Formats: sequence, C-alpha cells, structure tokens
Amino acid sequence: MQRRAILGYGAAGVGAVALMLFVGWWRVDGPGAPAPVGQRPVTLTEMDFRLTDHEGNAVGPETLIGRPTMAFFGFTYCPDVCPTTLSDISGWLDDLGDEADEMNVVFITVDPERDTVETMAEYVGYFHPAIRGWTGPEEQIARVADGFRATYERVPAESGDYTMNHTASVFLFAASGRFVTMIDYHEPKEFAVPKIRRALEEEMEGAT
Amino acid sequence: MKKYILTGTLAALLTLGGLSVPALAGPEDVVVENAWSRASIGMNRPGAAYMTIRNTGDEPVTLIGLTTPLAMMPEIHETKTNAEGVSSMSPAGEIAIAPGESIALEPGGLHAMLMRLQEPMTEGDTFPLTLLFDDGGEVTVEVPILGIAARGPED
Ligand SMILES: [Cu+2]
Repeated sequence: MQRRAILGYGAAGVGAVALMLFVGWWRVDGPGAPAPVGQRPVTLTEMDFRLTDHEGNAVGPETLIGRPTMAFFGFTYCPDVCPTTLSDISGWLDDLGDEADEMNVVFITVDPERDTVETMAEYVGYFHPAIRGWTGPEEQIARVADGFRATYERVPAESGDYTMNHTASVFLFAASGRFVTMIDYHEPKEFAVPKIRRALEEEMEGAT
Repeated sequence: MKKYILTGTLAALLTLGGLSVPALAGPEDVVVENAWSRASIGMNRPGAAYMTIRNTGDEPVTLIGLTTPLAMMPEIHETKTNAEGVSSMSPAGEIAIAPGESIALEPGGLHAMLMRLQEPMTEGDTFPLTLLFDDGGEVTVEVPILGIAARGPED
C-alpha cells in the first residue's frame, strides 16, 4: 500500500504538486507509523514557550521541571476525544492515589481562540483536581506543540463552526524533563498506569 | 409510522406464504442498549451520545440518520486516530448492521454527535434520540445525561 503510493506519486512525478501531495500523505498516513524516534518530544528543558494556566499564572516548560509530568493537547469544544482523555486521566490518577500527588498534569489547548483562561478554568473544574489547563497566544501554542512534536489543525465542521484535529496521545516526562513515553489515545488502564509509574520511578532514581 | 407497520405485516404474511420479499427490518428488531451522554457546558459546544445498537432480526438494517429535539444537527460521527496519534472526527455515513450483529457507539469510535444544541445538556436529565433506518423504520431511545467526566453508561 505504502509502496504503491510512493510509485504513484513518482509517476505523477515532476512538479511541486506531487511533492506537496507526498508531504501531505507522509504527514497524515505515511510511514510515520508508530512514532519514529525523530518524532519524540524534545526534553522539556529544551522547550521554550510562555503560556497562562487556568488560574492566570504565567507558566512555561520550567514550571514542569522537578516533578514528573503528564501532558496532553485538546480543546474544550471537543465532544468525544478530549472528555474521554480527561476522564481516563482522572481514573488513572485515582488509581495511583498518593503516588501521583507529586505529578504535574497539564491539559494544553490547541484552540486558544475559544479556550480562554476562564474557559479552561471552568472546564478542568469538572475533572480530577490535579489537572491544570494551559492556554496562550496562538504562536506560543504552536511552539509547545512543536516541542512535543504534536500536531493540530483547524477543520471546518458541517455545523458552520470548526473543530480541531490534534495529537491525542498523553505525554509522560520524568522530573528531569526527559521524555519517558506516550500513552496512546484511550489506551487501557492496565497499560497506562504502569507507564505513569515508569515516569514516577525515573524521578525517584534521579533523586537518589 | 403506520404505513411502516402495515408494510411490515404484509412482508411477514408474504414470507409465511413462502414468497421472497425485500428486507424490511422492523423497529422491533432493533434493540438499543446502554445509551448515555455527557452533560454540556452551555449550548455552544457539541454534545456526544453513545449506545449499542443491536439488530436482533433476520435481515440487515441500515442506520441512515438521527433526529432529536435537543440538537438541530445530530449526526453519526466517527473518531479516527492515525498512526501518529492524531485524532480527527468525520460523519460516518450510513451504517449497515448485519442480522444478529450490533454496533457500538463508544468514546473514541462512533458517536452520535449533537451539533447546534437547543438547550444545555444537564446531568440527571434525559433526552429522546430517534434513530432513522433506510427502510423508513425508526427507533426512539431516551438517553440519560451523565456528568461531563462520565466514562461509560454506569458512571
Ligand atoms: Cu463528532
């Protein structure tokens, strides 16, 4: 399938159009398959962005250093994926109990136009109290996403509104800021919770 | 609705008489289980509802649409997550359910997308959702509205 697509584009071959199609295909369905090494988020200490949390505090990558971090992207107008992920995360945190107390949990919007600080505050209030909501100017959101190697895209909806396609994986970082692993969208608890423990344990090893 | 029942009866009679007739799935053949939805914040955001739709009949049924007084544009949507972990959502089109089979509308897959809400979805309330089938049959279910953070029908 992938080979055929490559040959197809090769034949159509010449110009920029083919190249653009190829790049589009590469990014959407391409060999990218299970996140290649180049697609791993950079270390938090290498990221540079300025956002505001749902209580109005200025935050950035340095806010996350020193404690393990669980972060994901979404938007509050999202009917299916985002409430599901937030509920999943709330469930994992409940499972971990005290273990997760010293963890940063951050929901970063990819829709800052609609997700103001107040909107984020109301929304995260419905989920686990550890979850922080971060928003900010579009160009800063773009920088976070770039650091995480996450993508998002505004898509018109039939209702006349728009929706957002976005990376739905949950990212885990150690207290040092090092990327540990990802939890796929809606991954069962039996897999997700041990992954979180890995991020937590790495922190303890680093501390000793 | 009345016409529908009459044709259904006619079909049953013809079948009994040994004649082959086109598929006519009655609403009595469609069982909807575990319907639930999440409360909304206000009316600007779309809602989503989930359920299992079971075809207990002997003929295929095809779900072609939805109606509800709660939303101007209810539609079956499908969330897909690609190999890079990017999720997107699009109309699922018509959905055939083979005899004896069921389809699950559940988080991360198919969902009843409730666009242009006419009123907020309040936890503890219910709303009627009507499933429309290609042969003219319809099934209406009363969908409970659970909390925003609900994960499934039991929450
Ligand atoms: Cu949808």
